[in-house]
Amino acid sequence: MAGLDDAFAKRLWGPVLSSVKRLMIEWFPAILMFIGVLVVWQLAVSTLGIREYLLPSPGSVVNAMLSSEIPWGKHILVTGTAILGAFLIAAIGGILLGTLTAWSNVVGRALMPFLVFVNTLPKVAVAPLFLLWFGYGIFPNMLIGALIGFFPVVINTAVGLSQIDDEMLDLGRVFNAPKWKVFAKIRIPNAYPYILSALKVTATAAVVGAIVGEFVASQSGLGYVIITSQSSLNTPLAFGALVWISILGLALYGAVAALSRVLAPWAEGQEN
Amino acid sequence: MKNIIELDQVGMVYETGSGSVEALRDIRLTVREGEFISLVGPSGCGKSTLLRVTAGLRPMTSGSVVVDGVSVTKPIQKVGMVFQSAVLLKWRSILDNVLLPAELAGLNPRKYRDRARELLELVGLGDFTKKSPNELSGGMQQRAALCRALLLDPPLLLMDEPFGALDAMTRDDMNLELLRVWGETGGQEGRKTILFVTHSIPEAVFLADRVVVMSPRPGRIAEIVDVDLPRPRSMETRAMPEFGKLTLDIYDTLTGGQAKSADTPRQAIA
Repeated sequence: MAGLDDAFAKRLWGPVLSSVKRLMIEWFPAILMFIGVLVVWQLAVSTLGIREYLLPSPGSVVNAMLSSEIPWGKHILVTGTAILGAFLIAAIGGILLGTLTAWSNVVGRALMPFLVFVNTLPKVAVAPLFLLWFGYGIFPNMLIGALIGFFPVVINTAVGLSQIDDEMLDLGRVFNAPKWKVFAKIRIPNAYPYILSALKVTATAAVVGAIVGEFVASQSGLGYVIITSQSSLNTPLAFGALVWISILGLALYGAVAALSRVLAPWAEGQEN
Repeated sequence: MKNIIELDQVGMVYETGSGSVEALRDIRLTVREGEFISLVGPSGCGKSTLLRVTAGLRPMTSGSVVVDGVSVTKPIQKVGMVFQSAVLLKWRSILDNVLLPAELAGLNPRKYRDRARELLELVGLGDFTKKSPNELSGGMQQRAALCRALLLDPPLLLMDEPFGALDAMTRDDMNLELLRVWGETGGQEGRKTILFVTHSIPEAVFLADRVVVMSPRPGRIAEIVDVDLPRPRSMETRAMPEFGKLTLDIYDTLTGGQAKSADTPRQAIA
């Protein structure tokens, strides 16, 4: 009987254990690398006697990140909102413009050169203008992030919608299917992997844009924390803000990656 | 039997960057309802173009195409198409792929679920309805593509080198499978009419009632060969002397010019 129970337990827990094991093996090198860097950093700071305003130790960064001197929650919320807003504007705007470009040749020819021109502008240099037009606040920061991030979405959407087997389009032609239906049922799902890999780039661009905006002018947000901590040589605080920004960026990137596993599981492992 | 396809003096010229190309010239072909026609010929002889012109997917530049009594000027919904690659949509299950024609034609796909399942059952994919195309072998994918072409029960099936990408063993299997499905999905109106494009002469002979042999540039009909092999056909059919003779005849027609020039003196060619 005991043997039977064992077999049963094995069948029940086997798959769980093996997937835990697989995750461990997959993530082990990354975790080891991470811990290694932290250890070297901590050792370097303590043995070489580097002063805290030049390079704070990991420990003091963590302390600064959790300290109640700074209203972290508020700053994270402000920057997080700007990042998310920038991402959504870039994603929705980019997908719409890309679809429009692929839908109509004429629109594509009219739109593309203009979009390329806008993309060559140094977006960081445009930031002060946005502040002039839209005033202080989260909105101009969102726009800067969106401006940096939208172009890859337009291009990848347009390319994804047109990268399609002629035979696949023949399927639609055989049944006289209307254009919108071919887009909805064939072209758009076919473009998911392209769009989603552009959105991963946009997720990072949105973070850059939001922080640049806060650098230029702001009264709150993690970029603002970095600027003010510099004037008081509170370097642990700047590092703390940096880590929080990375966490926000990683969360957004992770969300896009998860979305792509749900929407385009067939493309997993194919992209670069 | 009434005629289902009437091609009369069909010609097609298309423009490219470096001038115009004549893809088809003076194609005359009449196909009776329920006939299995194979089209063979070298690459670039316009076989695939002829298939698409018949379906109304490409416009001809001269002549006329009549399918089921109606002159073809735009896509006619009476055809099912099978291509060299299965072109299954990777984001859909096998069942949903088979149901695609209903959705594209603006019909309610729910009403076709039972038929889709029956068809998949018929080709031995009954247990794979929920799988994704990636999980199926090339032969299985092509079976699913065949089901998709048959979903709306079209009177005419156009197949463009459907088994060309499969290995030889799978290809032989699929040939038998196609003949079986063709025999079983006839219904009251009789068998479907099939136009089957292939590179392989033995495949063309094995499947067809008539083989249309085409010559290249511009694509013309060189010969139409009647295949009087008994049905149902099986692997033994391939061992019959008539099978060998027909295959060789078609081979001679296709390579005729060159075969003769081997006997002729060198200077005649130069």
